[in-house]
Formats: sequence, C-alpha cells, structure tokens
Amino acid sequence: MINLFKIKDKKNQDAESANGRPPIKKQSAGELRLHKDISELNLPKTTTISFLNGKDDLMNFEISIRPDEGYYQGGTFMFTFLVPSSYPHEPPKVKCKTKVYHPNIDLEGNVCLNILREDWKPVLNINTIIYGLNHLFTQPNHEDPLNHDAAAVLRDNPRLFETNVRRAMAGGYVGQVHFPRCI
Amino acid sequence: MANSFSEPARWRDLDKLLARCGNIVGPGFEPSPQLRQEIGEFARVLVVGAGGLGCELLKDLALSGFPNIDVIDMDTIEISNLNRQFLFRLQDVGKSKAEVAAKRVMERVSGVNITPHFCRIEEKEIDFYNDFNIIVLGLDSIEARSYINSVACSFLEYDSDDNPIPETIKPMVDGGTEGFKGHARVILPGMTPCFECNIWLFPPQIKFPLCTLAETPRTPAHCIEYAHLIKWDEAHSGKTFEPDDPQHMQWVYTEAVKRAELFGIAGVTYSLTQGVVKNIIPAIASTNAIISASCALEALKIVSGCSKTLSNYMTYNGVEGTHIKVTEFVREKDCLVCGPGTRIDLDTSTTVSQFIEILGEHPKLLLSKPSITHRGNNIYMQSPPILEEMTRSNLQQPLYYLMGKVRKDTVHVSGMAENNGKKSSSLRKLCVVFKGIAAADVATQMDTAGNF
Repeated sequence: MINLFKIKDKKNQDAESANGRPPIKKQSAGELRLHKDISELNLPKTTTISFLNGKDDLMNFEISIRPDEGYYQGGTFMFTFLVPSSYPHEPPKVKCKTKVYHPNIDLEGNVCLNILREDWKPVLNINTIIYGLNHLFTQPNHEDPLNHDAAAVLRDNPRLFETNVRRAMAGGYVGQVHFPRCI
Repeated sequence: MANSFSEPARWRDLDKLLARCGNIVGPGFEPSPQLRQEIGEFARVLVVGAGGLGCELLKDLALSGFPNIDVIDMDTIEISNLNRQFLFRLQDVGKSKAEVAAKRVMERVSGVNITPHFCRIEEKEIDFYNDFNIIVLGLDSIEARSYINSVACSFLEYDSDDNPIPETIKPMVDGGTEGFKGHARVILPGMTPCFECNIWLFPPQIKFPLCTLAETPRTPAHCIEYAHLIKWDEAHSGKTFEPDDPQHMQWVYTEAVKRAELFGIAGVTYSLTQGVVKNIIPAIASTNAIISASCALEALKIVSGCSKTLSNYMTYNGVEGTHIKVTEFVREKDCLVCGPGTRIDLDTSTTVSQFIEILGEHPKLLLSKPSITHRGNNIYMQSPPILEEMTRSNLQQPLYYLMGKVRKDTVHVSGMAENNGKKSSSLRKLCVVFKGIAAADVATQMDTAGNF
C-alpha cells in the first residue's frame, strides 16, 4: 500500500527542492539500443555514414554505398534511415534517395529487402541492414521485383541488364525513364 | 449541491473494504473508517488515454472513491467512437476526448474533480507525472506505454543495497484490449517487471513483403497496402500520408479498389482500408468494461492496501467462453529502464578518458571500448569514425561538467564486457554519483548551470 502520510511529507520536501532538479530529457529504450548498434557499427569498406543533425540525433542518418563489384560497381547510392522510437521492436524505415535501375528498388526509392519488413527481428541490427543493402547491389534478385521491367530484363537477358545499369548510372535513359548520373 | 463524497450510504460497500481487516489485505494495511476520506484528500490519479478504456476507467475510478483525477489524451472525438466511448455524444464529434470525458463524469458523479489535459503525453514536463500517486494506462500503442513507463521509472531511486526506495516507486496499472482479448497488469517499478522488462512479449506486427504488394497481390489487404505504401509515394512526391485525413484515406481506398479490380480480388471496403492502414482491430465495449474494472480495482488496492494486488499480469480471453489467467512475470535483471544500474562514484574532476579507464577496471563491468551517452547527449562514441571524431574533444573534459553538474544521474554505456573470460557486447546502465557534493548544494549549482 502507498503510505499516504509519507507521501504527504514527501510532497512538502519536494516543493522545497523542486527547483534543484535538472531539466530531464528522456532517452527511450529504443534510443539506447540504437546507441549500442551505432557504437558497434562495422561498416563494409563500400559504405560511409553521416548524421545530418549532429552527434546527438542517431535516429536519422544517411548511408552511401559505392559497390566495388558486380553490375553496380562504381556507382554511389544514398539511403536514408529513419529509426522509430519503438526500435528494435519495429525496423527502421529505409529509402533509397538515388534513382536507380534495380529490380528490387522502385523509382520512388522503396526497397524490397526482407529484413526491412516481413523478416525483421529485434535481434537484427543496423549493421545487418547495411550488409543487406550492400547485398542487393552485388546480387540483384529478379524473383522479388519492385521494378518489374528491370527484373524481367535481368532474368531474360543479363547482358542487356548490364548495359541498362551502366547507361542509367552514367545519367541516361532506360526506356522512357531518365536516371541522374551517380558515378 | 451536497457533496456526495461525504454521504456514507453511497460508500457503504467501499467502506466495508477499507474499514475492515481480512486475510488477503496488503502488507501494512491499517483498516480505518477515515481511510476513504484520506484517499479522497491525498490520492491523485492520472488516467492516460480517454478512449474506449479511458471512458470506462474515469467512470470506474470516480465511482471507486477517487475524487481527484487527471486525464490526458491528444485525440478528438470521431463518430466511430460513439458506439463504445459512452461519455461522448454526436454533438461532441471533433472536440477533445479528455475535456468532454472529464466534463461528463463530473456532471454525473458529484464531488469528483477531473482535470483534463488535451495534449500529447510527451508535451508535459516530466515533473507533471511525479505529482500523481498512481498512473492508470488506457492506451492502444506500445510506444505510448513505453514512454509513460520510462517516465515513471525515472522517478525510481535505489538505496546503497540496490533496494528500491518505497517513496520513489510510481505505481502503474496498465490495461489493454484487442477485440475480445485484453490484459490488466500491475507495474511497481523496482518491485515487479516494468513494461520494458517484458516488451518481447508483444508479437511482431505482420508486414507483407513489398514485392508481393507490387507484383502478386492475393488479398484485399495486399491491394490496400499497395495503394498506401507504393502508389501514394508515386502520386504525391514528398507529401506524407496522414492516416487521420479522410481525403487521404479516401484516395488510398479508391486506388485499392482499382488495384483489386485489376487482379480480380473482392472485398476492399472503406472500413477495411482504415483497418489495414491504421492497423485497427475492432474494439468490443464489453472487453473494455471488464479490463477497466480490473484496472480500477487494482488501483484501489495499490492506493489503499485493502487487498493484495494481482501479481502481476492478467490476461482475459473472451473469444470462446471466458478464459482468465494471471501470470507472475519476473524482472529483467539488467533492465535499462527500471534496473538500479551499477553505481560508480567519481570525483568532479574525473575526465571522460579517466572514466573510460575506470569502466575497464570496475569488477562488475570490465567494460572495454565503451561509448557513453547521458540523456540523449552522446558524450563519447567509439564508432563510426565520424562520430568518434565529433566526440573526441570530450575525452579531456570532466564528466561532471558534461553531465550538467548534477550530483547523481543515470549514464548508459555500451562496449565489450568480460564475463568469465568471455567477451560479449553489452549495454549497461550506470548510476554515476559525484563525491563531495551535498544534495543541498545542487539547487544553487543548477541555477548557475541554467544561466549559460
């Protein structure tokens, strides 16, 4: 039981010392877990990270991936991460900011990576996602298409797919769609 | 108007509980005919949420002898609430839930004073929450529960033997419902598991793979999620989707219907669209009533001690018949939110690099390569290099100064901990206390710090 009289006494003490309290900023369990993830990041050499709002906002950041092999070698691709306060119960929201000709990334920047949605588990972390995104560039997958046309070309004519990727990254058209240069 | 709180007849049943002893009373319970009045005078209850559960809770608490209640809710009344949120009428649509609910209960239960707060829970100062003796939660999201839990646990203090100091325990009673299922739980931070200790109990939300939505939709929900997650961005570059904007919802519905027709899928309706997009599970009025009754009773037990509380997690399932079970969950030993943290005594002159050395040698920690954060301020980050560079200059600064010159506070560190010769990555809560600073000095020191 709450001792009501003790509470009454404490109220009076609190009133006297209330001004002495520091202004408290709350740090959620999600932010703390993210702090751990970030402090343990082990980035592949293709990837750099930047924090747009300074060192104290880890919930919003960008990474850039510059694949060193495969179809996308030499291109630079930016992704934004928005980490919800319910992290790691919920995965971060990841979008590709660079318009890319890719079977698993659509022209709006939506990314089809299983661990970002249906296969997310709280034991996964930011590093896992970054490796997953790198994997998308070395192993584009025609079986989980978001860009249907690109997926069909990859499946039926890998040589043409390679040409299309090169053309897109150099800042050209694939079909009717223009891609900004990202090499 | 007669103050009904002084009418004995009205409180006959409650007085039986409060004025008599029994075999299952709480520890230290002293039955007394005055107890009801003392509760009325000293007990302040905060109800978080004035929706389906909140309406029930306000009514139940007001009728259980709590005359001083506050209620906080950021939402306004929608027409679809009226079937179960019985304090609201058609003419209230668009008004604040907290304000209307408070007014209606005060009209019906004389002698009760309910103060509404029409705002987000994060908008209130932390100290606002400290004014209440008990917090009762009628919420529908993990985020909001997690926030209130962390606020309540932030008042908790431990003595030098890591036992919680009773006056600093902020009790919570948490209710929740989903359709015919519900739960009521008692959280006494430091004594029973806090919300964060058992957060893993929540099942993950079911999410469809994006490529299924884009390529091979099979259900009405797939079509709705396609319109919501993919089509919206294509059509509205940069504009964020607002689930509470009826025009946005209508747009998603229309697009979902087109998509469903294209793939020959039947069953996309406006209400299903709302349900899928906002992740709504139909609310059942009777479930709310049952869960709320249990929560109000637990609140009464905690405040008065007239009975032992449930320990500590009741689940109710009314899908087939009625199934009720109480499970006693246990605390997470190293919970970052409610745990005591490892106490470390420092001099005010200790620099961050000296602090890092201390962490490595501390027998309970043996933590190497620590990154340090204090209330959202990243004091030192080992990695990635860009953050290490941004925080490196702090290494030679006194920690006392970087923590805003407080005598005692919580600091979190993550790094490699050594345990039985094995190294593993770990995140630890520390209670840092600076030596040689009397509690009385703090007030004046903070005044100076505030003037920067």
